[in-house]
Amino acid sequence: MSVAMSLHQRRKRKNGVMMALCVIAAGIGLAWLALILGALIYKGVSGISPSVFTEMTPPPGDAGGLLNAIYGSIVMTVIGIVVGTPIGVLAGTYMAEYGRFSKLTTVVRFINDILLSAPSIIIGLFVYELMVRPMGHFSAIAGAVALSILVIPVVVRTTEDMLNLVPNALREAGTAIGAPRWVVIRSVAYRAALSGMVTGILLAIARISGETAPLLFTALNNQFWSSNLNAPMASLPVTIFQFALSPYEEWQQLAWTGALIITLTVLGLSVIARSLTGRREDR
Amino acid sequence: MTAVSEAATSSAMRAREATVRRFALTDMVFRAATRASAILVLVLLGGVAISLIAGSWEALSKFGISFLTTESWNPVTENFGALAPIYGTIVTSTIAIVIAVPIGIGIAVFLTELCPRPLRRPIGIAVELLAGIPSIIYGIWGLFVFAPFLQTTIQPFVIWLFKGIPGLDSLFAGPPYGIGLLTSSLILAIMVLPFITSITKDVFDTVPAVLKESAYGIGCTTWEVTRRVTIPYTRVGIMGGVMLGLGRALGETMAVTFVIGNAHRISASLFAPGTTISATIANEFTEADGNLYASSLVSLGLILFIITFIILAIARYMLLRIDSRTGA
Repeated sequence: MSVAMSLHQRRKRKNGVMMALCVIAAGIGLAWLALILGALIYKGVSGISPSVFTEMTPPPGDAGGLLNAIYGSIVMTVIGIVVGTPIGVLAGTYMAEYGRFSKLTTVVRFINDILLSAPSIIIGLFVYELMVRPMGHFSAIAGAVALSILVIPVVVRTTEDMLNLVPNALREAGTAIGAPRWVVIRSVAYRAALSGMVTGILLAIARISGETAPLLFTALNNQFWSSNLNAPMASLPVTIFQFALSPYEEWQQLAWTGALIITLTVLGLSVIARSLTGRREDR
Repeated sequence: MTAVSEAATSSAMRAREATVRRFALTDMVFRAATRASAILVLVLLGGVAISLIAGSWEALSKFGISFLTTESWNPVTENFGALAPIYGTIVTSTIAIVIAVPIGIGIAVFLTELCPRPLRRPIGIAVELLAGIPSIIYGIWGLFVFAPFLQTTIQPFVIWLFKGIPGLDSLFAGPPYGIGLLTSSLILAIMVLPFITSITKDVFDTVPAVLKESAYGIGCTTWEVTRRVTIPYTRVGIMGGVMLGLGRALGETMAVTFVIGNAHRISASLFAPGTTISATIANEFTEADGNLYASSLVSLGLILFIITFIILAIARYMLLRIDSRTGA
C-alpha cells in the first residue's frame, strides 16, 4: 500500500514539476516579447519628433530625420506588393482551382513552401546577379524586385489555402447558372475567400517592410532624397543597419526611432491581418 | 413558323454561340495566366540555383573542394575558405535549436493542456508576434541591450563558474565580449521559438481527443499523457517543425550580423566572436572588390542555399506526412 502511495505521489510530483516548467516556458516566451518591445519603446520614443518625418538622414554628428528612408521603404514595398501580388494570386488560383489535383500543383506547393522559408539574403544575391550586375549599378527597382520575390510565396500560400476553404457547392451553383469557370472563380471563389486573401497580402507587406538582407546589395542605400527608381534608394531597415553600427550617438538614436516605427507598423499589420481571419475561426 | 421568327432565333443562336466562344477564350486566357504564374514559382527557384552556381563558378573552380575545408579568409592575398562561416552557422543554429525546442514544446503543452481558454488565443498571438518582429529589430536589441547585459553579468559569472574544469573552461573561456557565438545562438533561439511553438501546437491539436481521454481514463497525469500519447503521436510533425526552425536559424542574417562579431576564425570558446555564412555575405558583399572575392561570397551563398534547401525539404516532407494522416 505504501509503495503504491509513494509511486502515486512520485507521479504527481513529476507531473507538477513538468507542468510548472511548461508554465515557465510560456512565461519566458512572453517575457522576451515584453523585453524587446519595452526596450524599443524606451529607447525609441524619446527620438520621435516631427523632424523624423520631415528631414533627411543627416551626415554623421548632425541632427536630422528619416524622411528619405521612410519614403524609400514605402516606394519599394508598394512596388514589391504590386508586382508580387498578382503573380501570387494567379499561381494560388491555379493550384486551388484549375489544377487542384495535378502533379504540377504538388511540385509548385513543395517548391513554394521552400521559397517561403528560404533565407532572404539568398534572394538578394539572386537579384544582384539578375539585375544589378547586368545593369552595372544598384537601383531601387532591383530592391523592389527582390521584395516582390519574397511576396510571391506568402501570397501563393494564403491564396491557395483560402480558395481551398471555399465550399464546392458555391462553385457548382455558379457553374449551374451557366457562368464560365473564370467568372465563377472571379465572382464566387475570390469573393468568398476575400478576407483570407487580404490577410495574406497584409502579412506579405508586414514581412517585406522589415526585410533588410535582400536590400543590402540591390537598392543599397542613399543618404539623400531620391525618387529615381534607377538609382540607389534609402530604406528604413538598411538605414537602421548602417546607423546602429555607427559610432555616432545621433545616428544610433535615429536607428532606435526607425526600429520603433518599423516594429509598430509590422506588428500593427499582423494584428489587423489576424483579426481579419480570427473572427472566422471563432465562428 | 414565319420566316421572321426563324431569322430572329438563328441570330439569337449566333449571338449565344459568340458569347460562349468568347467565354471559352477568356477562360483559356485566364487559365493560361494562372498556370504560367504557377510555373513562374518553379522558375524562380531554378533561377536562384542557376544564378548562384554561375556566380560562384570562378571561386569554386579556383579553390575546388578545399574551399570547404580552408579556414583562412584573406581578401588581401585573395585566399578564401568557407570553413569558419560554415562552422559558425552550424554551431549557432544547433545551439539555438537545442534551447528553443524544449521551450517551444513547453509553450505548446501549456497552450493546449494548461492555459485557461480565454487566455489561449491572446497568448498564442503574443508568441506569434515574436515571429513577426523583423530580424533587424532583434539585431539592434541584441547589440545594445542583450549583449551588454551578457557581458557584464552572465558571462563573467559563467567564466568564473567553469574555471579550472577541463573542457568546460575552454568552451566558456573569456574575455567576455558580450557579442559572439553564444549571444547569436540565444538571439536565434528567441527568433525560431515562435515557429517551433506554432507548429507543435498545431500538430498537438491533431491528436484525437479519444486517445488522450482514454489515457486520462486509466489515471494518467497530464505529463504522462503528453509524454506517452501526444508526443509519440505527433513526433513526425514536431520534427518537421524543428527542421523548419533549423532552416530559419541557418539562413537568419541581420540579427546575427549585429551580434556575431564577424571574425573569420574558429575558436573553442562560445564567448568568442565568429561569423556565419549569411553574416559574412551581409557584411562584405558590397565592399567586395575583385571578382574572386565577390565570387567567393556567392559560393558561400550557394552552400547556404544547398544546406537550407535540404533541411527545408526534409521539414516539408515530414509535415506533409502528418497532414496526409489527418486528412485521411
